[in-house]
Amino acid sequence: MMNRKRRMLLQGSLTAGAIGVAVGAGLLTPGSVLAAWPEKAFKAKEMPEMLQELMGANVVEASDGINIKAPDIAENGAVVPVTVTTDIAGAQSIALIAVNNPAPLVASYDLGEGTEGFVSTRIKMGKSGDVVAVVNAGGKLYSAKKEVKVTIGGCGG
Amino acid sequence: MKISRREFIRLMGLAGAAGMLPGSAFSAMKRPGDLYEIPKFGNVCLLHMTDCHAQLNPIYFREPSVNLGVGGALGKAPHLVGEALLRHFNIAPDSIAAHALSYLNFDQAAQQYGRVGGFAHLASLVKRLRTERGDGNSLLLDGGDTWQGSGTAYWTRGKDMVGACNLLGVDVMTGHWEFTYLDKEIIENIGEFEGDFVAQNVGVNEVALFDYKFADFAGFSEDDGLAFKPYTMKEIGGVRVAVVGQAFPYTPIANPQRFIPDWTFGIQDDRMQKIINRVRENEQPDLLVVLSHNGMDVDLKMASRVSGIDVIFGGHTHDGMPAPSVVENKSGKTLVTNAGSNGKFLGVMDLDVREGRLQDFRYRLVPVFSNMLPADAEMQAYIDQVRAPYQEQLEEKLAVAEETLYRRGNFNGTFDQVICDALRSVNDAQISLSPGFRWGTSVLPGQAITMDNVMDQTCITYPETYRREMKGSEIKAILEDVSDNLFNADPYFQQGGDMVRVGGLDYVCEPNKTIGKRISSMTLDDGTPVDADKSYTVAGWATVGSQSPGRPIWDVVAEYLRDKKQIRIEKLNTPKLVGVEGNPGIAG
Repeated sequence: MMNRKRRMLLQGSLTAGAIGVAVGAGLLTPGSVLAAWPEKAFKAKEMPEMLQELMGANVVEASDGINIKAPDIAENGAVVPVTVTTDIAGAQSIALIAVNNPAPLVASYDLGEGTEGFVSTRIKMGKSGDVVAVVNAGGKLYSAKKEVKVTIGGCGG
Repeated sequence: MKISRREFIRLMGLAGAAGMLPGSAFSAMKRPGDLYEIPKFGNVCLLHMTDCHAQLNPIYFREPSVNLGVGGALGKAPHLVGEALLRHFNIAPDSIAAHALSYLNFDQAAQQYGRVGGFAHLASLVKRLRTERGDGNSLLLDGGDTWQGSGTAYWTRGKDMVGACNLLGVDVMTGHWEFTYLDKEIIENIGEFEGDFVAQNVGVNEVALFDYKFADFAGFSEDDGLAFKPYTMKEIGGVRVAVVGQAFPYTPIANPQRFIPDWTFGIQDDRMQKIINRVRENEQPDLLVVLSHNGMDVDLKMASRVSGIDVIFGGHTHDGMPAPSVVENKSGKTLVTNAGSNGKFLGVMDLDVREGRLQDFRYRLVPVFSNMLPADAEMQAYIDQVRAPYQEQLEEKLAVAEETLYRRGNFNGTFDQVICDALRSVNDAQISLSPGFRWGTSVLPGQAITMDNVMDQTCITYPETYRREMKGSEIKAILEDVSDNLFNADPYFQQGGDMVRVGGLDYVCEPNKTIGKRISSMTLDDGTPVDADKSYTVAGWATVGSQSPGRPIWDVVAEYLRDKKQIRIEKLNTPKLVGVEGNPGIAG
């Protein structure tokens, strides 16, 4: 069942924006779609300001309870596959941030109650840098990061 | 099933007698007559060839004089050259083994011992060893980079090598340059290959999965989303052997993605662990090995992170290592080998596998000297037939080499310089760029440079050349990017090629720095500093992103050679290195 949902999620991601995706797959509550577009957060350049706008807090604790799966070197910087899983209890939302992007906040996913902490998408990265996942659980923020290199390619042996 | 620490200490002790430890690494090679007398041991023999780059005929191949290790790799195998390498493995100087493994005294020793490799000679060796080991007691593993690298492989789209490998009796293979043909050709080639093609790290990307054009291909698994079988089980002398495949993880980055748009690669060591756990559980193998095209540094790191592997048979980085490296991990230890390139070596591991596990082993990296092994008649006939339509073209003598021409090494080899000079001269460019491949055969002083040699150095499926304006800052960005693929302290960020070759450009390189900080003091050949904001004419080839407009590189090089007639390197554009004093990866 989970596999089918993942497949649907991926299928959805071809046509929908980041927030629409997870709703289409039945993983998120429809209410999250109707929530106000957090414009300030998506335009913020710095993490504290962004997280304050998005999650109402900006103190972040590094956590082993978040796993980010992303390539060490991107095969195509325009579509870098990123999957975040978390077992942090009470996870309400997951934000994805590419720190070196002009607009670092890439997506924010609101999770319905009892939903498995799993989001998968593809993000655009202009250059190498960390991909950070921030999980909001009851107003407390947890994060993990993974370095992804974007290279010009070629010259391999 | 994994080897415990205590068992391994015992194994290491025994291995000392087997050529793993100093003192006896090449004990069987003291006299040429003994070279191929490899005593039988145990009950399973795994033969390993890798990175032959389609060299059907015997060739010369000079090993590197620069193969720097950085970070944790400093001073360790495989980052040892020349005398440091001989000392580390206790190889007698001036011996045939020293010639096979190092660049030392190359010209003279190459004249003395002759050409290496060649499928007809390799076939004789393989047949001899397989006969000695007895029917059904051996496997021939091919680590890939087999179906590309010669004119005939290029013109037959890899088919000549599929035929040669079938004749040789390759049982299992994985790949890298095999993936530089068009995807439909690759699927066809693998279909014609009579062994098993395995790769746990080649997936079909999510978009392609919806309507996958090779859904009928036997190795494809929709459930796993894998394009090829991840592993295969073989029964050898009553022993169950699992062979897991690991293709080159960065194929769509180092080579054109446009030929294989549906496939996604990566190191995927978490998937590797899952597959190993699954194989251990479901298949109950007595021995589990990985056939890898990661490159040795990546293999060493992977062996430290993934548990349950007895041996990783590695390739890609073309490191001819006479003994395995031993890597500790959570469940025990894993052996990591690397078996050189261009058909020069055959790795021979004899294993004693009993009571469901590896008890002991012997390893030898056996050089294939064509003068010391008869040509197998059947294979020779096949090679002659494959080459016949192209013979005249390939044997054209374009020029004479006045010094040794070679490529392998972290920076410009002399053959690279010829290519870079040809690009500049024919295209009237200030600067030239040429990829740092690790394949490409050598030419001895006084020998003719034939079209065969030029194809050995250049024949890729994206050979088109370009000439365009580039800003100084763009040129620096390219040098920084490629040097980070080579010198990143984390092996998982290394792609296993050497530094981009340059013509008309000098620079300073500090391998131990980080990206953006390694390259400085760029100057043109006349000493003029390269200005970040100024434009320069640059000629090059092998563009991965899109097809370049110019002629294939071999036409450009051939034209230059015919014109020059005598080839002597006036100036080698090799960078000034900073911070590598005492590094045993560079000749003293």
